[in-house]
Amino acid sequence: MSETFTKSMARNIFYGGSVFFFLLFLALTFASHQDFPSRDNHEALTETVAKGKRVWETHDCIGCHTLLGEGAYFAPELGNVYKRFGNSTEAIKAFIKSRPVDGVPGRRSMPQFNLSDEELEQVAQFLKYASGIKTANNWPPNIKG
Amino acid sequence: MKYKSQSVAKLYFIAAIALFVGQILFGLVMGLQYVVGDFLFPEIPFNVARMVHTNLLIVWLLFGFMGSAYYLVPEEAERELVAPWLAKLMFWIFLIAGAATVAGYLLVPYAKLAELTMDDLLPTMGREFLEQPTITKLGIVVVALSFLFSIGITILKGRKTVVTLVLLIGLTGLAVFFLFAFYNPENLVLDKYYWWWVVHLWVEGVWELILGAILAFILIKTTGVDREVIEKWLYVIIAMTLITGLIGTGHHYYWIGTPDFWQWWGSIFSAMEPIPFFMMTIFAFNMVNRRRRNHPNKAAVLWALGTAVMAFLGAGVWGFLHTLSPVNYYTHGTQITAAHGHMAFYGAYVMIVLAMVSYAMPMMRGRKAANSPRSQVVEMWSFWLMTVSMVFITLFLTGAGILQTYLQRYSDQPIDFMTVQDKISLFYWLREIAGVVFLIGLVLYVVSFFIGTDDPEAVEKIEVDAETA
Repeated sequence: MSETFTKSMARNIFYGGSVFFFLLFLALTFASHQDFPSRDNHEALTETVAKGKRVWETHDCIGCHTLLGEGAYFAPELGNVYKRFGNSTEAIKAFIKSRPVDGVPGRRSMPQFNLSDEELEQVAQFLKYASGIKTANNWPPNIKG
Repeated sequence: MKYKSQSVAKLYFIAAIALFVGQILFGLVMGLQYVVGDFLFPEIPFNVARMVHTNLLIVWLLFGFMGSAYYLVPEEAERELVAPWLAKLMFWIFLIAGAATVAGYLLVPYAKLAELTMDDLLPTMGREFLEQPTITKLGIVVVALSFLFSIGITILKGRKTVVTLVLLIGLTGLAVFFLFAFYNPENLVLDKYYWWWVVHLWVEGVWELILGAILAFILIKTTGVDREVIEKWLYVIIAMTLITGLIGTGHHYYWIGTPDFWQWWGSIFSAMEPIPFFMMTIFAFNMVNRRRRNHPNKAAVLWALGTAVMAFLGAGVWGFLHTLSPVNYYTHGTQITAAHGHMAFYGAYVMIVLAMVSYAMPMMRGRKAANSPRSQVVEMWSFWLMTVSMVFITLFLTGAGILQTYLQRYSDQPIDFMTVQDKISLFYWLREIAGVVFLIGLVLYVVSFFIGTDDPEAVEKIEVDAETA
């Protein structure tokens, strides 16, 4: 690097640039918060849904599935599973309930979590709520997730 | 080794390597489960194997960063470490907490672990990479604070250099942003938004400062290039890292219920994120070309150059591949992400830790500067085996990802996720084979510590060009 460009100039770019762009990041975060209520489907966020999120978390569903594209890539996307299953929480519950304890020979299979009826309803309602979040361009591109 | 207290790093490095081996074994289990779906089912379901794989990675890299800091800070500050006993104590606390957490993942169902550790009091579990029980997370905070204390006071009391300053800023950022792991709102959009403040601001933010500082230290030591030059480069690189990387967080805010303006901010800034990595490559090669000495530890120099190249490829090139929002619309959450993740973590963080281990370990084991030539040859073989196999893992996952994106998202007749997975299984098999080669490389790496230990150490070759000319 050229001699006229000194170390203290480099240092100033680092401090100045970092502070400026961190503040800009905070400003964009503030702007995001103004927009969240119009897309985050908070109207549907009932106590059942909140409990469903806990069921989702305590069984580490994200360790195989993606939710809005984030998570592991071993099992299908669930952000739109409610729609894929014909807008039916019953279908979601039936699927989770029907998983064989010992899996399927040679194939991937979701574990049998032995959820109670209450927990099944909660996690299904959580997935229904997630499907109501307004993602940009209605991501995912199609119903397959 | 100039200061006695530097030797605490040895414990950290040994633990790091041991956990690295564990991480790779579980990686192979997962890779096999991709094609033989019922492998180890239901004893070790995929999500458990994945938690172990990713959490071991994070923990061993943290061990590596801490060990690196304990080694380089006394030398830079020109004084003994403050409270080396604290460093040893925290080592055991961290190791035991980490081992207990992994044992918990493997021995009881995750829901049971959440119940046993009373996750309902402060629910933080069950989110990707942050699966640790809340109590473990609190332990991590205690360890991080004690670590920052001993490193920070040592730096403040001693000589202050740009390397230690940047390292300290990076490590402080690491501790601060981890606190967002405790924020887990019921609102899924908010949850995801701030989850990235841990994950992105770590790996595409403050961790890069740590990487830069360690790389600068190794280059100062092995090339003998004037510190002023290296420090100037370091400032420019980390400036570019944060200038691009902070707003670059926006490339995670495309499809999670966040506003549309992130499509622009995220695309433009994250498209510039390769710049600091490219500069790092130029920097490393420039310094080695302008070296004033031929350091006898050739393996360490190889790792240092390797990390600069592979970080640029993995984080820079493979990141850019799917970072623009119109592209990411199709690739988001596919094997493309997995491909990028593997090479980026290996190139940027695994290799820098191994570079530091390679540089520091010989001195901590009683050598003057380097291992014997025989040991270095084995180590360099392990470098090539691991690096080349990681390139292939990345290429195979990229192939899988392109097909997956096309079949499931892009074509006129989109196909179900699981059907697509069957169709692309060939690539998963090839990835698993590359993974086995990686393991062989890793075994060789461990072996290199026990080979040629009684041989005389490699000596510095003096360049004779000037005399013969």
